[in-house]
Amino acid sequence: MNRALIIGAVLSGAFALAALISFVWVPYDVTGVDIANRLKAPSLGHLFGTDHFGRDIFSMIMVGARTSIAVAVVAVGIGMLIGIPLGLAAAARKGSLLDELIMRGNDLVFAFPSLLIAIMITAVFGASAVNAIVAIGIFNIPVFARLVRGAALSLWTKDYVLAARVSGKGAARISFEHILPNVTNLLIVQGTIQFSLGILAEAGLSYVGLGAQPPTPSWGRMLAESQTMFSFAPHLAIFPGLAILLTVLGLNLMGDGLRDVLDPRLRRARR
Amino acid sequence: MLRFVLKRLVSLWLSLVVASVVIFLFVEVVPGDPAAYMLGMNAQEDTLNALREQLGLNGSLLERYLSWVGGMLRGDFGTSYTYRTPVSEMIGERMWISLPLAVFALALSTLIAFPAGIWAASKRGSIADVSVMSLTQLGVAIPNFWFAMLMVLLFAVNLRWFSAGGFAGWDVGFLPAMKSLTLPAVALALPQASILARVMRSSLLDTLGEDYIRTARAKGLSRRQALWKHALRNALIPVLTIIGLQFSFLMAGAIIIENVFFLPGLGRLVFQSISARDLIVVESVVMLLVFAVILVNFLVDVAYALVDPRLRVRS
Repeated sequence: MNRALIIGAVLSGAFALAALISFVWVPYDVTGVDIANRLKAPSLGHLFGTDHFGRDIFSMIMVGARTSIAVAVVAVGIGMLIGIPLGLAAAARKGSLLDELIMRGNDLVFAFPSLLIAIMITAVFGASAVNAIVAIGIFNIPVFARLVRGAALSLWTKDYVLAARVSGKGAARISFEHILPNVTNLLIVQGTIQFSLGILAEAGLSYVGLGAQPPTPSWGRMLAESQTMFSFAPHLAIFPGLAILLTVLGLNLMGDGLRDVLDPRLRRARR
Repeated sequence: MLRFVLKRLVSLWLSLVVASVVIFLFVEVVPGDPAAYMLGMNAQEDTLNALREQLGLNGSLLERYLSWVGGMLRGDFGTSYTYRTPVSEMIGERMWISLPLAVFALALSTLIAFPAGIWAASKRGSIADVSVMSLTQLGVAIPNFWFAMLMVLLFAVNLRWFSAGGFAGWDVGFLPAMKSLTLPAVALALPQASILARVMRSSLLDTLGEDYIRTARAKGLSRRQALWKHALRNALIPVLTIIGLQFSFLMAGAIIIENVFFLPGLGRLVFQSISARDLIVVESVVMLLVFAVILVNFLVDVAYALVDPRLRVRS
């Protein structure tokens, strides 16, 4: 078995599980204030310590995993839902005006750093988790459109596509019945990578106050709130940061592992 | 070559025009009345009218767009509503923090990535290679603002080598100013260096497998000589592109990092303007950053064609 895949799956699986469990059980209530226990260092009672309101950091990280995962899943979903059909259409009509428009539009989105899109969206529509999702999602569209177009272009020259054309199938049907199934592996690998980038982006946006708003717990905001206190209570900053690092690392390792497993040709070429 | 540059210039202008239209529509049209948005719900009608007049909102959409773009081309970015100063002045001041920061970070990331990537590729499969690759995995996964906080904890709070934030100013001297940019630049450079080292390594491994390297080795060159004399120059091409693309990530990353270190650069200006609802500043700074990104990618494309004649023919 692929080692990167296993380590990656265990790491990201652990956080997904924590997010799921947090729906039914958390060690401590994350909305309650417990001033008597504020800024406690990690101990058996509070594994990761408590924050300035006395809230249990371990519980907040469990609930925060929900926000991170939800934002990233929806953002990748937006990117795939719009990007894949665009990429398929561009490849089916290569060199047409549609192809040109799609590719130039993609270039444009690439020219805007994703954070700038997020800033513009939040400047105009206000800061919220939904707007963060839209901002990250928009940036995912060209990634998937480009990937699918590139892969689909080479598939259109295959004999089985020719056979399908001869049998009278239209471009749209060929795209969905023959091209799409053959790019699924690529999409899974890229999806994992975009997922990890989405988690990083959400953390960054929440950190600067443009993502999830209180009282929704989020890893990025936990770090932002710790900023004035972490010099004397470092655990406030260390654990949420570790949560982000390990989740992203897990997803990246999983992406690498999946690529090796799903596409043995790449494994040889990649060295 | 001239044709190639001209073609790229046309597409540079097109990208800029489209980007400016998108930003303009976004900020000026989507929220409805910018004056009402900026002044809030309790604004008096005459204050609103005065601001509309000042912003030139009474003209048609096309007039407003043309006057915005025309102003920018003349270096007039409008007047900030909250600060009552010309936006160009505000940008001018803050640019002298953001730009050196981005360049410092880019230089650092290249200085870290090149030796690391070359070392890993030349010792492929060894412990050195595995350690470099594992470190870069960590570097890619670490959120740079968290890394920045950890550095503050270690180097500013505990060791007291650097200040935890703020900018010394260029007038106190080059070294103190650079010192206050050091931690932010390292925080920005680390993830970029990790990506760059990985690209450097795989690109070098690709070229090391080429026939001309085998020929060079057969001629009697040592592995090291073949690597430095033949492989490295060819491996640099994809690395150059990535450096160009990284510039946009550095600009965006700087927005967050400036907030960690309370650096009064463009990034902080954007955030202060957002909270003050000063759309004129947001619009202009975003356009400026997008312009910088598009321009850098254009320059990389041209540099690329200079280095690799094949690209000129193909285009």
